[in-house]
Amino acid sequence: MRFWNKSLLLAGLLLFGLSQLVAAETVMDLTKSLSVKSYSKKSVIIQKIAQTGDPQATVILQSLLDGSLFLTKDAGLPVLAAKLGKEYALSDPFTGVDLGQVRKRALKKIRINNKVRGILKASIARLNLSHPNPRHRIKAAKLLFKNLDKALLAPLQQLVEAENEGAVKEAFETTNAALILLHGDTIDARLKAVERLKAAGGPDVRALLSSMDRKLQAKASSDEQSEKLQLVVQSALKSVERQLENYGLIESLFQGISLSSVLLLAAIGLAITFGVMGVINMAHGEMVMIGAYTTYVIQEICRTSFPGFFDYSLILAIPMAFIVSGICGVIIERSVIRFLYGRPLETLLATWGISLLLQQLVRTIFGATNKEVGSPEWLSGAWEVTAGLSFTYNRIAIIFFALFVLAGLMLVLKKTLFGLQMRAVTQNRQMARSMGIKSARIDAMTFGLGSGVAGMAGVALSQVDNVSPNLGQAYIIDSFMVVVFGGVGNLWGTLVGASSLGIVNKFLEPYSGAVLAKIFVLVAIILFIQKRPRGLFALKGRSVEG
Amino acid sequence: MNKFKKMANRLSATALICAGALGFGMQAQAAEDTIKIGVLHSLSGTMAISESTLKDTVLMLVDDLNKKGGLLGKKVEAVVVDPASNWPLFAEKARELIEVEKVDVVFGCWTSVSRKSVLPVFEELNSMLFYPVQYEGEESSRNVFYTGAAPNQQAIPAVEYLMSEEGGSVERWILAGTDYVYPRTTNKILKAFLKSKGVKDEDIMINYTPFGHSDWQTIVSDIKKFGSAGKKTAVVSTINGDANVPFYKELGNQGVSSSDIPVIAFSVGEEELAGLDTKPLVGHLAAWNYFMSVESAENEAFIDKWQAFTKDEDRVTNDPMEATYIGFNMWVQAVKQAGTTDVDAVRQAMYGQEFKNLTGGTAVMNTNHHLSKPVLIGEIQDDGQLETVWSTDGLVKGDAWSDFIPESKVLTANWTYPYVCGGCQQPMF
Amino acid sequence: MKNKNNKALGPFFSLITDLPGGGKAFMGILLAVALYTVIGNTLIPESSFAHVPTYMVTLMGKYLCYALLALSVDLIWGYCGILSLGHGAFFSLGGYAMGMYLMRQIGDRGVYGNPELPDFMVFLNWQELPWYWSGFDNFFVAALMVMLVPGLLAFVFGWFAFRSRVTGVYFSIITQAMTYALLLAFFRNDMGFGGNNGLTDFKDLLGFDLRSDGMRLGLFVGSAVAVALGYLICAFITRSKFGRVLIAIRDAESRTRFTGYRVEFYKLSVFVISAVLAGIAGAFYVPQVGIINPSEFSPANSIEVVIWVAVGGRGTLWGAVLGAVLVNWGKSYFTGAFPEAWLYLLGGLFVCTTLFLPKGIVGTVPEWWAKIKLRLGRFKPDLIQTGKGDM
Repeated sequence: MRFWNKSLLLAGLLLFGLSQLVAAETVMDLTKSLSVKSYSKKSVIIQKIAQTGDPQATVILQSLLDGSLFLTKDAGLPVLAAKLGKEYALSDPFTGVDLGQVRKRALKKIRINNKVRGILKASIARLNLSHPNPRHRIKAAKLLFKNLDKALLAPLQQLVEAENEGAVKEAFETTNAALILLHGDTIDARLKAVERLKAAGGPDVRALLSSMDRKLQAKASSDEQSEKLQLVVQSALKSVERQLENYGLIESLFQGISLSSVLLLAAIGLAITFGVMGVINMAHGEMVMIGAYTTYVIQEICRTSFPGFFDYSLILAIPMAFIVSGICGVIIERSVIRFLYGRPLETLLATWGISLLLQQLVRTIFGATNKEVGSPEWLSGAWEVTAGLSFTYNRIAIIFFALFVLAGLMLVLKKTLFGLQMRAVTQNRQMARSMGIKSARIDAMTFGLGSGVAGMAGVALSQVDNVSPNLGQAYIIDSFMVVVFGGVGNLWGTLVGASSLGIVNKFLEPYSGAVLAKIFVLVAIILFIQKRPRGLFALKGRSVEG
Repeated sequence: MNKFKKMANRLSATALICAGALGFGMQAQAAEDTIKIGVLHSLSGTMAISESTLKDTVLMLVDDLNKKGGLLGKKVEAVVVDPASNWPLFAEKARELIEVEKVDVVFGCWTSVSRKSVLPVFEELNSMLFYPVQYEGEESSRNVFYTGAAPNQQAIPAVEYLMSEEGGSVERWILAGTDYVYPRTTNKILKAFLKSKGVKDEDIMINYTPFGHSDWQTIVSDIKKFGSAGKKTAVVSTINGDANVPFYKELGNQGVSSSDIPVIAFSVGEEELAGLDTKPLVGHLAAWNYFMSVESAENEAFIDKWQAFTKDEDRVTNDPMEATYIGFNMWVQAVKQAGTTDVDAVRQAMYGQEFKNLTGGTAVMNTNHHLSKPVLIGEIQDDGQLETVWSTDGLVKGDAWSDFIPESKVLTANWTYPYVCGGCQQPMF
Repeated sequence: MKNKNNKALGPFFSLITDLPGGGKAFMGILLAVALYTVIGNTLIPESSFAHVPTYMVTLMGKYLCYALLALSVDLIWGYCGILSLGHGAFFSLGGYAMGMYLMRQIGDRGVYGNPELPDFMVFLNWQELPWYWSGFDNFFVAALMVMLVPGLLAFVFGWFAFRSRVTGVYFSIITQAMTYALLLAFFRNDMGFGGNNGLTDFKDLLGFDLRSDGMRLGLFVGSAVAVALGYLICAFITRSKFGRVLIAIRDAESRTRFTGYRVEFYKLSVFVISAVLAGIAGAFYVPQVGIINPSEFSPANSIEVVIWVAVGGRGTLWGAVLGAVLVNWGKSYFTGAFPEAWLYLLGGLFVCTTLFLPKGIVGTVPEWWAKIKLRLGRFKPDLIQTGKGDM
């Protein structure tokens, strides 16, 4: 009896191992055969791999999707390759064993195209439907919503019933409803599915419903049932579209606020150098650019020397950009601008010259081409509030960053000794000096502060725009508009100016197009200045006439 | 009035103006034993991002040629000027290169407007320009050789590919571009083409943005909205250089993935992608005649040479560089064949000139001054490269006048007998 | 600048004889250069060192157009304290008006051979000329428009701005907004001005081939005459009673207003005159460079004009001409001679000018000269009077 048991166990083990071996061989063979050129053949092979149900299939498919699966040129063996300097480090996809390093030319990448990629994603998603992590399951269900395969109908039904996690169940049900609507048998189930989809909402549902609507319309022979279905689909479609439209408004508002925050960031340094000090600072844009390049340099250092730190390089870049741009500002102030106080228009000429110099300097050092500033993981992607309404993380971060910078600056101006002295010097230099304030030092520090803040703006702009020598030029005019519109010398004005310009622009854009929206805004500024020649928040008092 | 001030006024003015006049007179004299070629690419201003690379490419090619013993037994000298992304300055500099520096050929220009600006100068002075960038067509000048792609070598194959089953059977189209002549023309051609394939008006959305547009939130939202109508949708992007980086950043962040709404671009190459984190963009497409990733012996040699020349192991190559490379080498061959650098003789020798593409195969110069080249469609990879997913079987002949625009359909460009014209309905002779 | 009797209302030639010394010298030099260029181009054989190639003729014609533009800026900035950062807009509008005439002259010689429509319109499927293009086939209408359009824009813009007393930096920034808005508008292909490519491929002007040497020379002479006339007009204005009021406005606007002058009227008039001059400069510019496109509207161009004036010397008229010619010649020369480093030179020039030549070349060099004389102790100069006032 015992022996019997044992031998059974042994046989079982043997059998298991054997099956494992067979499966591995099959996956291996299939993977090898991925060397075919035709993408449609590749698709078939991928589906076969997925159907083996082998745990290694997921690894192979995922690495194929990631582009890290290669075949060696000599033996045609599948390997995982990761770039390591000039060479590639190889490992076995099945065992994970290290296979040493080779030059790129010894390898052949298994190429995929969008179609294959879609199939891969769907296959992986099917495998992931029973993933232990609920977030992966939700992701898989959402992905499958876009790849509705009739064969999925029965298995998904079972999964829906077996699922306990609320959010996952919901996602499963939505996908299931879509499947039923497309491939279901009974009209009742299909009607119910439409209701379910209507409740879920979102652009994917809209896409599905409108294609369903078209399909029903195109059908030559329409019976009572399909007519009824069509009516329900159409009303559901309308309700989803209405909902999306409302989301669109919220999104426009968000986009407006986001554009405002970019404008605010770009302008806020100028509000100091131009608004407070009266220097028509044409080199302001270049301070922003220097901030962006500082970000680039810091990220490069992190990338090469401390790869693990990469995600936080932006945080480090903020103070560094402040320091670098600030120092540039102080140098400019000490070497040029201090000779020009009281002659605001000459500062325009000098700073214009400086701006040309700085642009060319950056071009000489870094080259004329764009530089890559990556987004850290925590700034990529979007926060999906609900289906059809999402806010991108980097924009959210910029909004908060802009407010943070503004608040910080306010604090410095209002609550510190330096801020007090700075205000004193700009309001009445003679008086301030006779009170013992070293006005020259304050000037330099004020200009440095304005430039440093511009540098911090550069860190944020590197996330949404080009990092190139022309970066600053793109923002200089908008910055001046914001400061002048808001009222020179008033940070609140800058805030209100930036937000009104940004939001108006974004609400006009859908109706008039991007160019006309901008023209309207400019004309509005011109007209507005006629009404209030000194901007929204004009300084009052005797100093104004000076 | 102070006497001395008056005198000083006069003196200083005279001195300055004389100095200016002298400066004019002191233009360099062309040395006898060199062949001069002009390089007319912006090294500053907005276009420096793209154009400065091509200047380096020409310098590298000249360097290479001189190492091999020069041309017709003479050394080749590149005269570099900076038109500073300023279009009237392009015309002025072109004239300076031809009249003052007496160059035999000019490699230059990127934007259409810069080409339009220098065109009258080249025609008047009967000189020769090699223009290496993909462009809108609708032009064939006796004095310009167009080595970049015409619309039928880029846009039409790209759209055909997306319509095919392999490309995803796209039925709904967003034509997004910067508001200038190249996107306008390309979109016009594409619209006519799509309609001829039965695409309805409601399934085509056209959107134009200004140069250097940086806030793409609204447009990307619109794209998503347009794409959620239940038909497979694709974006055909003719967005110009600078604006692409923020556009792709926004696409990536808003989660427009290539499997949902693929974006195919005609102005985005390796150089533009080098300024981007391409991980969220994998699978979006570009159509060109050359990709750096193509495996061929010529290409590997070219890349090695380029990276050695720029002393940068990560420096990328791109399509306009290949166009410059082909143009330069064809010109060298034509000069050798003609035995002189005389413009008319070289022009005759150019026709039918063949040179090996970097992607394998051979480019041929046609009598309409456009090349026959293969068309490749590539997908963006996570390392910033473009991998070929589709290519034409043979060469596609560049067509100066599009067949999809009624006014230009009737026109022929052929600079040999009996036509001898850049755009005429009947032969001239 | 001087205390001579003001005979501004006298006959024309007395204006010339009344010019300040620098002005006379300037007119002399302008005449000499123009004459030499004409002779050097036509009579002196090409092989000679003294020959002036046609290339140079066009180049100098271009500088002269810039000079006229600089003059117009100096008139309002130097004498009335109005700093316009949007004067490029008037220049470009004049240029576009001329460009439209030249476009219509192409007739059916365009690539599509349409006798009515310019190529870009054929291409954009326009069926007929938009209304604002009508009349531009007539040179005199076009010539009128060259002055009328910038003048009208300046009038409307100035009327609003000066009436509501927008001054100083605010005025500068809204002029910048104006030219920027126009830049964006003209970039739009739907505007019917050729979009980014602008107007180009011109064939002839008044029936003469634009590419012929004679035409080139003619345009150069025309530009020279325009600069001379522009200079005389500016000199006349600034030396008249009207000009005195302008200077008063520059130095103390409120005080002038309280004295009973209608400041808005003065400012508006001089602003319109200046815009018309800028428009004329643009009209001469376009046929010589062969292209007009929206980038001429870019705010950077307008800022550069101000810089030319500053380099030459603000409030000296001929200093503006000198600055424009000098900076542009430098640009032409350096972009060829030092393509990689010319921006350093240009940027450095601007910084150094403001630091070491605060009154520009014309304002500062004589001061130095006088100082040197003083050092040498041979002369006892009068007090050197200098222009005052900012903005």
